Amino acid sequence: MENDLPYLKQFDTAIIVNACGSTIEDYVELAKVLNTLDIDGVELNLSCPNVKAGCLAFGTSYEGVKEVTSQVRKVLDKPLIVKLTPNVTDITAPALGAQDAGADGVSLINTLLGMSIDIHKRRPHLANNTGGLSGPCVKPVGVRMVYQVAQKVNIPILGLGGIVTGEDAIEYMLAGATAVSVGTGNFITPDTAIKVVEGIENYMKQYNIQDVNEIVGAVQMN
Amino acid sequence: MKVNCKAEIVKIEKLKEDLYKFSIQAEEIVSCAKPGQFIDVRVVDGIEPLLRRPISIYNLDKENGILEFIFQVKGKGTSLLAQRKVGEKLDIIGPLGYGTFSIKDYKNVAIIGGGIGMFPLYELAKELKEKTTSNVHIYMGFRNKDLVTLEEEFKNVSDELTITTDDGSYGISGFAINELKKDCEKEVPDKIFACGPLPMLKAVQAFAAQNNIPCEISLEEKMACGLGVCLGCAVKTAKSPSDAPEYWHVCKAGPVFNATDVEI
Repeated sequence: MENDLPYLKQFDTAIIVNACGSTIEDYVELAKVLNTLDIDGVELNLSCPNVKAGCLAFGTSYEGVKEVTSQVRKVLDKPLIVKLTPNVTDITAPALGAQDAGADGVSLINTLLGMSIDIHKRRPHLANNTGGLSGPCVKPVGVRMVYQVAQKVNIPILGLGGIVTGEDAIEYMLAGATAVSVGTGNFITPDTAIKVVEGIENYMKQYNIQDVNEIVGAVQMN
Repeated sequence: MKVNCKAEIVKIEKLKEDLYKFSIQAEEIVSCAKPGQFIDVRVVDGIEPLLRRPISIYNLDKENGILEFIFQVKGKGTSLLAQRKVGEKLDIIGPLGYGTFSIKDYKNVAIIGGGIGMFPLYELAKELKEKTTSNVHIYMGFRNKDLVTLEEEFKNVSDELTITTDDGSYGISGFAINELKKDCEKEVPDKIFACGPLPMLKAVQAFAAQNNIPCEISLEEKMACGLGVCLGCAVKTAKSPSDAPEYWHVCKAGPVFNATDVEI
């Protein structure tokens, strides 16, 4: 709040803060503070597998997501997005929990829980043993889950997971995402987001699409 | 300013089995890079391996806009990098890191490094010699004779060079830190710089603290981004409460830290 917000304020763009905690009280306390800040929205991170005390527990069930989202909704007037974990058997259950608790949107997918082993040392590569898998390899999982959630919820979906090109973003949008975001892609090439926007524009020109909303959820299943 | 550029490889030297020195044409980075900073290298332009590899800067040839870095082949990324050829272009971001070595006039400087941790110390020593009045004593520690690297180069940027090997096969037998300690009995340096394996850094950190010698250490960590975004390269701040530890990130607050500021 002291350092990052003033830095980000110099740019002409929306600021959405990703918020993570270990208990419901953490989330509520954080939301109260965030509500007072000059930001454009809050993304509730109920699903980060890189955090030890794990907010994972809240994110996996309809009830868990509904409970924490409801509590936060009571104290937060700003747009509220709930970020969902893919580490579940049915992604639509937590998505419905967020919608029923009054979330303005859901974002998916967070990272997939992974593990990688150094075969020479016979130890996991990560200090925490397991960690979040992201990047291009997770895109098919994300696209599938966005499609599944789009069939069940009415609130907007922010699609993410492995987007590095405009084509990747289009896939997510055809599956039902009204917005997309880029995480890992920025680590490879810092201007990935600009390239993604250019790629979306090129696709629209190629197919003579006037309004990008035309392609949201426009996939025709086989 | 940090830039993302395609830098041509102008020279490749194989220093040892699995140890390479690359010289790349990178004016924009060289013109503003400081000792202690690093670059983030895409070892290939394809998708695998996806993430860049952070590699410390060995030498900045400001006149010719050439940056040199040295790396050891450790895994998939560095073995692919070792296969790159002169004339090819490397996709790099740099210079990275905000914590850099402090270049100013000291009386007696001790620079201590171990193994491949020596390399970021070269530009430091060079700039201390070129820009300051400091008397520079470099201590280089290696496991054995076969691993001793760039002796002549380090000699040229120091007033005195001490080389140790763990097994005594070259130079003085034992650890470099022991030679530093011995020399301190005669005269205590007013500044220590260190980079190398963790046990060595811990020993240097403890020694500097005991003797109240200002000390800067360069830390190494695995990094997904090198840009302060992924938060993977966390290092615990010294004196932070154990129930709520505070962290810095090597790529952003470092890679060079005041030894008293971090718990390693």
